[in-house]
Amino acid sequence: MARFRKEGKKEVPQVSTSSLPDIVYMLIFFFMITTTMRDVELKVKASPLPKASEIQKLEHKALVSSIYIGAPRDSKLGTESRIQLDDAFATPADIADWIQKERDSRNPADIPLLTTALKVHKDTRMGVVTDVKQELRKVGAFRINYTTLKGSVLEN
Amino acid sequence: MARKTPEINSSSQADIAFLLLCFFLMTTSMDVDYGITRRLPPPVEQNDEDVKVKERNVMNVMVNKSDRLLVNGRPSDISMLKDLAKEFMTPRPNDETAPEVEPKTFGEGIGEILTSKGVISLQNDRGTSYAMYISVQNELARAFNEMKEELAQKTWHKSVSQLNEDQTKALNEAVPVRVSEAEPVDYKK
Repeated sequence: MARFRKEGKKEVPQVSTSSLPDIVYMLIFFFMITTTMRDVELKVKASPLPKASEIQKLEHKALVSSIYIGAPRDSKLGTESRIQLDDAFATPADIADWIQKERDSRNPADIPLLTTALKVHKDTRMGVVTDVKQELRKVGAFRINYTTLKGSVLEN
Repeated sequence: MARKTPEINSSSQADIAFLLLCFFLMTTSMDVDYGITRRLPPPVEQNDEDVKVKERNVMNVMVNKSDRLLVNGRPSDISMLKDLAKEFMTPRPNDETAPEVEPKTFGEGIGEILTSKGVISLQNDRGTSYAMYISVQNELARAFNEMKEELAQKTWHKSVSQLNEDQTKALNEAVPVRVSEAEPVDYKK
C-alpha cells in the first residue's frame, strides 16, 4: 500500500524544548517566594544553633533585629566569642546605641513589639550572652527570642 | 498554501529564565525563624530588698561551668528535668515539703482549681554552654506546656492548639510559667 507511505525523509523528531522555560519559571517562583535577602554579612559563626522542641515561629520579620554571637569566621581574630551587630563586631556597650538606632528606623507605634533575636552558636559560653541580656534589660528591649533549630535537646 | 507569520524565536527565553533562577538560587537563604521567645524582667533597682520566698516554694536549678545540672542541691540529668519540674509544680495540698497551694478561680469554664505557689529558680554560670542553657529552658518550657495540655484536655477535651483566643488566655493565666532567672553570678571568684 504505497499510497499511505509518507513522503520525505525519516528523522527522529527533536525533543521539544518549548516547555523548558515553563519549568524554569516554576523554579524561579519557588525561589522568589522562599528568598529572604540576607541583609548582613556574617562575620561570626553563629551556626550551628542549639536545638529545642518548645519553639514558636518568629512572626513579623520586619520587627525583628538580630544579634549574632559566635567565634569570628576569620581565624586570625582568634576563637573567642564575639558579638556582631549589623555588619560589624561590637561590644556589649554598643548595644544601647544599636537598639536606639533600630527603634528610630521603625514606626513609633511598633516599638513595644520589637523583638531581638539572639542567634548564638551552641558552644558559646553563657557569660557573653548574659552580658548582652543585661544590656537589653537596661534599655528596655525586653522581648527576646533565642533562635534555635527544631530538634530534641538531647541532641545538643 | 496559506502564508504563515514567522514565530518569535523563544529559544532565548530559557536562557533568561535560567539567569534569573541562578540569581535567586544564590541569594536564597532559607532562614531559620523558629525559637524560644522570652520576656526579660525589667532591671532591678540597686536598693531593693530581697523578696523573701519560702524555701519549700522554690526549686533551684543550677548549671555549672562544665554543664552539670544541680536540682535542689542534687545532681541531675537533663532528661529528668522536665518530670522534676512538672512534679514540683503539680499542686499537692497534703504534702508539707511541696510548694504551698492556693485555690483560684479562672474563667472560660476552668472554674476553681488549686494553683501552686512554686517558683523555679534558674541559675547558670558564665561558663555554661549556650546549648545547655537552651536545653534547660526548653525542658522547663516543656513541663509547663504539658501541664497546659493536661488542663486543656480536662476542661475542654481539646488540645491546646484547638483552643480559641479567650480559652488560651484563661489557660495561660491558670498555668503561668513561673521560671525566674537569678541575677548572674560569677562563681569563679
